[in-house]
Amino acid sequence: MLGFLKRPVVVTADINLNVVALTAVGLLSRLWQLAYPRAVVFDEVYYGQYISFYMKRIFFLDGSGPPFGHMLLALGGYLGGFDGNFLWNRIGAEYSSNVPVWSLRLLPALTGALSVPMAYQILLELGFSHCAAMGAALLMLIENALITQSRLMLLESVLIFFNLLAVLSYLKFSNSQKQRPFSLSWWFWLMLTGVACSCAVGVKYVGVFTYLLVLAVASVHAWHLIGDRTLSHVRVLCHLLARAAALLVVPALMYLLFFYVHLILVYRSGPHDQVMSSAFQASLEGGLARITQGQPLEVAYGSQVTLKNVFGKPVPCWLHSHQSTYPMIYENGRGSSHQQQVTCYPFKDVNNWWIVKDPGRHQLVVGSPPRPVRHGDVVQLVHGMTTRFLNTHDVAAPLSPHSQEVSCYVDYNISMPSQNLWRLDIVNRESDADVWKTILSEVRLVHVNTSVALKLSGAHLPDWGFRQLEVVGEKVSRGYHESMVWNVEEHRYGKSQEQKERELELHSPAQMDVSRNLSFMARFLELQWRMLTVKSDGSEHKYSSSPLDWVTLDTSIAYWLHPRTSAQIHLLGNVVIWASASLATVVYALLFLWYLLRRRRSIRDLPEDSWLRWVLAGALCAGGWAVNYLPFFMMEKTLFLYHYLPALTFQILLLPAVLQHISDHLCRYRASGATPPTVPGPGVSQVVTWVWCGRGQRGTRGGRCGCLEAGRDGSWVSVRERGKAAYGPRSAGGVSRVAWCAVEKPESFVSQCEFWKLG
Amino acid sequence: MPPAVGEGSARSELRPRRGRCGHQVTRAVGPDVAAAAAARSPKRPARGSRRFEAAGRWALLALVTLLSFATRFHRLDEPPHICWDETHFGKMGSYYINRTFFFDVHPPLGKMLIGLAGYLSGYDGTFLFQKPGDKYEHHNYMGMRGFCAFLGSLLVPFAYLIVLELSKSLPAALLTAALLTFDTGCLTLSQYILLDPILMFFIMAAMLSMVKYNSCADRPFSAPWWFWLSLTGINLAGALGVKFVGLFIILQVGWNTISDLWHLLGDLSLSVVTVGKHLTARILCLIVLPLTLYTATYAVHFRVLNKSGPGDGFFSSAFQARLSGNNLHNASIPEHLAYGSVITVKNLRMAIGYLHSHRHLYPEGIGARQQQVTTYLHKDYNNLWIIKKHNTNADPLDPSFPVEFVRHGDIIRLEHKETSRNLHSHYHEAPLTRKHYQVTGYGINGTGDSNDFWRIEVVNRRFGNRIRVLRSRIRLIHLVTGCVLGSSGKVLPKWGWEQLEVTCTPYLKETLNSIWNVEDHINPKLPNISLDVLQPSFPEILLESHMVMIRGNNGLKPKDNEFTSKPWHWPINYQGLRFSGINDTDFRVYLLGNPVVWWLNLLSIALYLLLGSIIAVAVQRGARLPAEVEGLSQVLLQGGGQLLLGWMLHYFPFFLMGRILYFHHYFPAMLFSSMLTGILWDTLLRLCAWSLASSSLARGVYVVGLLSLLLGTAYSFYLFHPLAYGMVGPLAQDPRSPMAGLKWLESWDF
Repeated sequence: MLGFLKRPVVVTADINLNVVALTAVGLLSRLWQLAYPRAVVFDEVYYGQYISFYMKRIFFLDGSGPPFGHMLLALGGYLGGFDGNFLWNRIGAEYSSNVPVWSLRLLPALTGALSVPMAYQILLELGFSHCAAMGAALLMLIENALITQSRLMLLESVLIFFNLLAVLSYLKFSNSQKQRPFSLSWWFWLMLTGVACSCAVGVKYVGVFTYLLVLAVASVHAWHLIGDRTLSHVRVLCHLLARAAALLVVPALMYLLFFYVHLILVYRSGPHDQVMSSAFQASLEGGLARITQGQPLEVAYGSQVTLKNVFGKPVPCWLHSHQSTYPMIYENGRGSSHQQQVTCYPFKDVNNWWIVKDPGRHQLVVGSPPRPVRHGDVVQLVHGMTTRFLNTHDVAAPLSPHSQEVSCYVDYNISMPSQNLWRLDIVNRESDADVWKTILSEVRLVHVNTSVALKLSGAHLPDWGFRQLEVVGEKVSRGYHESMVWNVEEHRYGKSQEQKERELELHSPAQMDVSRNLSFMARFLELQWRMLTVKSDGSEHKYSSSPLDWVTLDTSIAYWLHPRTSAQIHLLGNVVIWASASLATVVYALLFLWYLLRRRRSIRDLPEDSWLRWVLAGALCAGGWAVNYLPFFMMEKTLFLYHYLPALTFQILLLPAVLQHISDHLCRYRASGATPPTVPGPGVSQVVTWVWCGRGQRGTRGGRCGCLEAGRDGSWVSVRERGKAAYGPRSAGGVSRVAWCAVEKPESFVSQCEFWKLG
Repeated sequence: MPPAVGEGSARSELRPRRGRCGHQVTRAVGPDVAAAAAARSPKRPARGSRRFEAAGRWALLALVTLLSFATRFHRLDEPPHICWDETHFGKMGSYYINRTFFFDVHPPLGKMLIGLAGYLSGYDGTFLFQKPGDKYEHHNYMGMRGFCAFLGSLLVPFAYLIVLELSKSLPAALLTAALLTFDTGCLTLSQYILLDPILMFFIMAAMLSMVKYNSCADRPFSAPWWFWLSLTGINLAGALGVKFVGLFIILQVGWNTISDLWHLLGDLSLSVVTVGKHLTARILCLIVLPLTLYTATYAVHFRVLNKSGPGDGFFSSAFQARLSGNNLHNASIPEHLAYGSVITVKNLRMAIGYLHSHRHLYPEGIGARQQQVTTYLHKDYNNLWIIKKHNTNADPLDPSFPVEFVRHGDIIRLEHKETSRNLHSHYHEAPLTRKHYQVTGYGINGTGDSNDFWRIEVVNRRFGNRIRVLRSRIRLIHLVTGCVLGSSGKVLPKWGWEQLEVTCTPYLKETLNSIWNVEDHINPKLPNISLDVLQPSFPEILLESHMVMIRGNNGLKPKDNEFTSKPWHWPINYQGLRFSGINDTDFRVYLLGNPVVWWLNLLSIALYLLLGSIIAVAVQRGARLPAEVEGLSQVLLQGGGQLLLGWMLHYFPFFLMGRILYFHHYFPAMLFSSMLTGILWDTLLRLCAWSLASSSLARGVYVVGLLSLLLGTAYSFYLFHPLAYGMVGPLAQDPRSPMAGLKWLESWDF
């Protein structure tokens, strides 16, 4: 009972001072003068607007990535007490006093700082020496591009952090596999791997590549586990199930969780509503919900409705008609029916109202009790303001001659009868007896006589159609397309018998009071789908670059320029690190191929354990570089230098590993007694480079400047021209590379700069 | 058919085939299987019956081939009008016969073969192939259709032989042959003048020769080994020469070769020199030989097509100078540009075209409402521009003025010859590339404003400051805004006649988009020089035509609001393609796979994955399989694995393609999937039979299963054959239609 009195209570703490020191310098380098400059730097202008949306709880749609990264940035804003009131419109704009710059930039900076000790840990777990591990951490510490990127309100450093965390925890897990499977720490690291992977994916979609890499390595290990005949079947099954749960189920759940929190946070309607479906919009507070609240749910004969196109491209719009008719003869000489135009109109308008009519009866009001319209019913649609019937016939549409023209029928008393019967086809029905529901039902209107469906063709009509969008009838048999699907957005039961009364009724706002909520999964699926399909205008950018430019560091980005002092921040990598890391990758690939071929001929250059270590290091580091770099060649979006940084970190990890391998295995033949020259050699020159560029990332004011000019072609480029190329809107002569520069006055730009040419 | 099949399958089960390299075939299956098979076979055939059996095999192959030819050639002449893409490929065949230069996104071999077939069968190349539905009348089209049908018919025996080689099982091979013979889709696709039968022929031939050469692996460097290896290379060249999709079979053969070499390297009984020999042989036959042949097809292509035609404008000025009838061919034009010269300006990037303008204005809301300036790929009088001095409007061609040459750095004005408007730019955003400035035609009769002034700069200033026709690469820099004239390469909407956008880009990156050269040049005051010096070398032409093809392929983008075929539609046979006819009075042909075959294929892939992973895990866990099961699983994992790889390689890359896709792109993958089905069901039935104790019952199960598959396929073909052979009469909704009740999916359109 009192056993603890007999023996002293001993707490043994293993503190690796290396890690502590690395964390400290990492924090120092990333946090020092964090709030400077107090101005919007580069993509902060982009992420900032979403932070403001979070602070104001307004719904937004951003196709660039899942919401977790945005939420992390917003967390910084929340902790700093940001109210979201800032106009994010211009790079270089001064922050107003209500913007907590320091706390907004804190999270990326922290993750950037913690990446440094993690690099150390990863190399240790891979089985390399402390010296190599220190080298990797130091390289991470002094890589300018990483420093620059993590000191600002950007997401790359967060992504890199989770990438490294996923790799590190997987390594810890697989190392503890040998000793104590199913122990607490085994579970912890396994779970952490899954969580870190899902966080990486949640920050940016490109995180998925690291996730796939970890999955691939894990499945190879699992395959070996299956082959391990010393384990019982049950035990193998447990191992596999544990991995599947942690690496497949947990990430999927986490990913859903991000969206769940996101949708809870942004619940108010905002500027991006238009892109979403009516049902989604109605689930937000304000906006459409205010209009549609309490509408009758079931569409009945006599209902007055507006019909919105579900596809909504090029713009969301509503089925519309107006007094004007199709011109008798089009510009290209084809003829039309000269009947009343039917279009799709992107604004709310009284002419968007239609009345659902029973073909068998005459009245245009809802009876009591209302008779709901069901899937498969045949209806007529009457345009509210002109009381003409929606009609289509075998006449070529104005802009899409392969489809049928849709019109509101005008009886000219010629041999062209009206064909105004439409069959209702509810696309998302659960049973064939489903009722047509406001907002929720997605319907096709299929013409009874010609089996064409009402479709938004996407073309803009010319002047005679007031540049509204063309609506046509397209053969149902051509296949299902969302542009054929419509849903009722605004809806009320018509009461007025007389046309005049009805017009008044149509002008009055819609009434009611019940709210209709979508399930979370429906909202998640729709949001995710829209995020993936939203079109970013893939326009070129002044600083955009191609993946080939990244390896050679043939590109850079001017992040920020002080309007008066010309102090500036420039994203540019450390040339020595980039070159040596690329070299290490090549050396690794060649050595690996060499060993592999020789092993196949049963020549064992390496002992088995160091061969396995060598392979694992390559799979994770060189593989990490490849999966984070090569896919960019296939992407069509605008690319920037910073997209390379995740790949670069993996390459940096590889460099000391290759160096240690060379000194351990290749140099031992010659100098068996001498201490191998390991990391310090190249390290020194890298530190020197860093000192030269060191002030660049922090946009130092005043003093002499160091202009780093490393023109690959060996030509000196005048700084005046460079300055213009980077900042002048109309500069002459293209320059491929600009280093950072900080001077007091723009006039003395040239005179004060020193050139330092590398290599 | 069915009785013969049944008998054949029952009699010949599980006996190793004696082929050219046959005495070692058991090695591929594993010695145990052959032994087990021999032991299990109830009646051991006597020596005398061997010959009889070999004859039976040949007869079976002949039967399969005959049936395939019969189905493919049946009613080949119907319909006697152009169906679907015949309008393209028939036309291109005619171009070869007429030797007119044209441009297409596919490599030339397939169309050359079509042209050759037409030529040999007496077609004279005079039919216009204008649009689907045009009657052939007296023109001889049967030669070209017959050629395609011939290659298409060979697919079935090829598949039969491949499966036989991989599984050593006649029933599996027969099942595959039946699936393909009775597939309405393969049948339809083989009956018309299209590239697909030719492409599939080369793919299957390459696969067959690869499989054959694999089974010769034990006798390296023997004559059959060399034969099959080089035949593989030849067929690879053929596949790539018809369509770029041929790349996938190259990947498959490449993968096979690498794993093959890997095994050889691990075989320590072979010296490094021997391995080196193997490597060299493969490099020779699978890389050097195909590349040579592929290049040779282009050499023939360029040699045959030596007359100017509709494809000229897609290519660079130097290229066009080769074509007789082109205005650059043997042309002599003034060399140096002078004020008053009438010129055409061509973008240096391939497939952009000439600087062009026409009387139409930019529509309202898109920049300033001034005259459109675009680039246009075809030769047209609207491509002509006059170089004028920026500050005078006098006619420089007036004989009283001396000739004044244009020099690097001069400030000029470009006047559009037809409309007399000046090339103009201003701070309005360009129609598509919003960050660039709009370029318009502005002014009346040459009088505009200072936004019409451009500085002309020569990029390659080796030849002094004058500007030379064709050879000088020039940039036009807008004086007021400092931007550079360029083309974004984006297609304008209908209002711009789908020509390409011209912008003035404020970013001064050096790209070919903003570099131009002068092509035509008319100036009566200057002496002409001959242009023969321009002749480009063959590698240059080859490279250029590939660049143009790739850009052409990338340009085929689907439109937003259109229904397009998606890769996931294909294996489920979601929707077909209408080859001919729409209404109930028309002769209708509809390309649609036989749903029974296709859905069986789909099911088989799922079953294969399931069975394959069960076996793989069992083996990895060290389970001891009975000898027979072991042999079957070897066939399943190795033979089936190769076919599965083929299916994946010919299917999954389409998910990554941005270009517009069609249903018929799936057919090469479908061939592989049918072969996999053959192997899978044969193995599955044998496993079932093995698990039953009694041998007579086991055989019964096997025979009944196989027969029902064969008969079911044949019956479904009987049901669906009108799709391929053509139907007249009411559509399928109508109970009187021949296809009544067969519209199993709403999306099928017949």
